Order: sequence, then C-alpha cells, then structure tokens
Amino acid sequence: MSEKDYLQDLSEIKNIMSRSTRFMSLSGLTGILAGIYALIGAYLGNQLLKNYQNFDYGDNTINPNGVEIKILAIAIGVAVISIITAFILTKKKAANEGQTIWNSTTKRLLFHFSIPLITGGFFSLILLNQGFYGFVAPATLIFYGLAIVSASHFTFSNVKYLGLAEIILGLIAMNYIGYGLYFWAIGFGVFHIIYGTIMYIKEKK
Amino acid sequence: MSIIENINKTFDNRVRLGIMSALMVNESVDFNTLKELLNVTDGNLASHIKALEKVAYVLIQKQFIGKKTNTKYSLTKLGKAEFIKHINALEKLIRNNK
Repeated sequence: MSEKDYLQDLSEIKNIMSRSTRFMSLSGLTGILAGIYALIGAYLGNQLLKNYQNFDYGDNTINPNGVEIKILAIAIGVAVISIITAFILTKKKAANEGQTIWNSTTKRLLFHFSIPLITGGFFSLILLNQGFYGFVAPATLIFYGLAIVSASHFTFSNVKYLGLAEIILGLIAMNYIGYGLYFWAIGFGVFHIIYGTIMYIKEKK
Repeated sequence: MSIIENINKTFDNRVRLGIMSALMVNESVDFNTLKELLNVTDGNLASHIKALEKVAYVLIQKQFIGKKTNTKYSLTKLGKAEFIKHINALEKLIRNNK
C-alpha cells in the first residue's frame, strides 16, 4: 500500500464515521422556503390584528374574539407547510446522494429535535389556556432554539448557531411582550432565510 | 519499524475499515444499515464481519423482533484498541513520509 492509499483510507474512515452518525441530506432551500412561509404568515397575522378595533401594539391583555385562535391556526399552517417542504426537499437530496430518508441517523435526529419541541408545544398550549398570550411567542422561539441545538449533534453542526440565535431572540422577546408577531417574523422568517441562504451557497460550492 | 508493526493487516481492506469506522462512533449498528452505508453485497459484508469476529474485534448480538431476526454488531474493547492503534500508525506513517 502506498502513502496515497493510506490517505484515502483515513478520509474514508472520516466519511463513514460522519455518515453513520449525522444526517446530511437537509437542504438549505428548506430553510429559505420555511422563512418565506413564516413571513407570509406573520403578514397575515398582522392584517388580522389591524382589523381588530382599538388594537395597540404593546398591549398584552388582548383577548379579542378569537383573533389569537386565528393566529395560532396560521402558525400551525406555516409549520405544517414547512414540514411538508422539508420532507419533499430532503427526500430529493437523499435520492441524489444515494441515501434513504428513513435510517438510524434520521430517527436519532428527529428524536432529539422533538423532545424540546413537543415540550415547548405543550408549554405554549398551557400558557394560552392560562391566558398568558403574550408569552407564547417568546416561549416558542426559546423551545425551538433548544430543539435545534439538541438536534445539531446529529446533522450539520453549524445549525447550532441558528438555534442559539433563536434562544437569544426569544429571551429578548420576553422583555417586549405584545410584539410577539414581530419577533416571530424575525426568528422564523429572517433567521431561517439567512441560515438557509448560507447553507444553500455552501451546497453549491 | 515499530510503526509498521502497528499497521494491522486485518484492516487492510476497505470494507473492514468501513465496518470498524461505523462501529467506533455508534453503540451498535445492524446488518442492513451497514450494508447501505458501505454499499456492499450481503455475502461480501457477512464474510468481512465474520473475519472481524474471528479475531474478537466485533461482537454479534442476535435479537428477535417479532418473528424477524435482527442482528446487531458492536466493537469489543480489543477491537476499539486495535483500531485506534491502526489509525495512529497510519497517521504517523503519512507524517513521516512528508
């Protein structure tokens, strides 16, 4: 065996170690599209609030006729469309790389992603139920950030920076109760588009 | 000379190197996952696993999930130690040749 063969051996070892533990078929395009959906959702939510008479930003005591339910419905809609987009794009990218979408790395990724996320989901529902509407937006940002950081061990490790940014944004949002929609637009919209674009450019290289 | 001694002949094969690499970073891996990861045939993979089991580097655990058998593989302490030795030797060899 020549030196070149040994070098190839080492790079192959590295490659298999990474492929057998991390799920790399996520596409940057998913982030960009999810961000755009979130911005559209935030715009629709804002229109709803504008139509509600006497609404004033900064007012955290609103409980208008089902407006918060409609905004919740928009948020869930955005999440569902984002998940469908992620599924389709991931499947396509995995097929291009000759990998399957449902393997042990995907299962691990989803498991570690969903624990903070489901916890945050219930936490937010309890907040809504208790009437703490203003805390829902910061809470979703914080738990979403924690979910990303937790999942970052099982995919591209730089996604943890997106997670940390969401957590910090969520903590800032806690101080500006009543402006949740704006923070949602930044966290789920702008941050996703920025991270997705960086990843997309890296993929093309 | 000692560097050459540490180059392990058992790992002088891409498939075996692949099996060892995957098992180093996972608690255990099943047959089909290994097959997909390394892109090899059933027979090829089975024969290399057998060779690694023979020298007591790899541990085989058979389980029943319903009626189907599920075979999982993991590294023994010896296997881990030998693989680390092998990689260190490769690294040194490359560095010395520079």
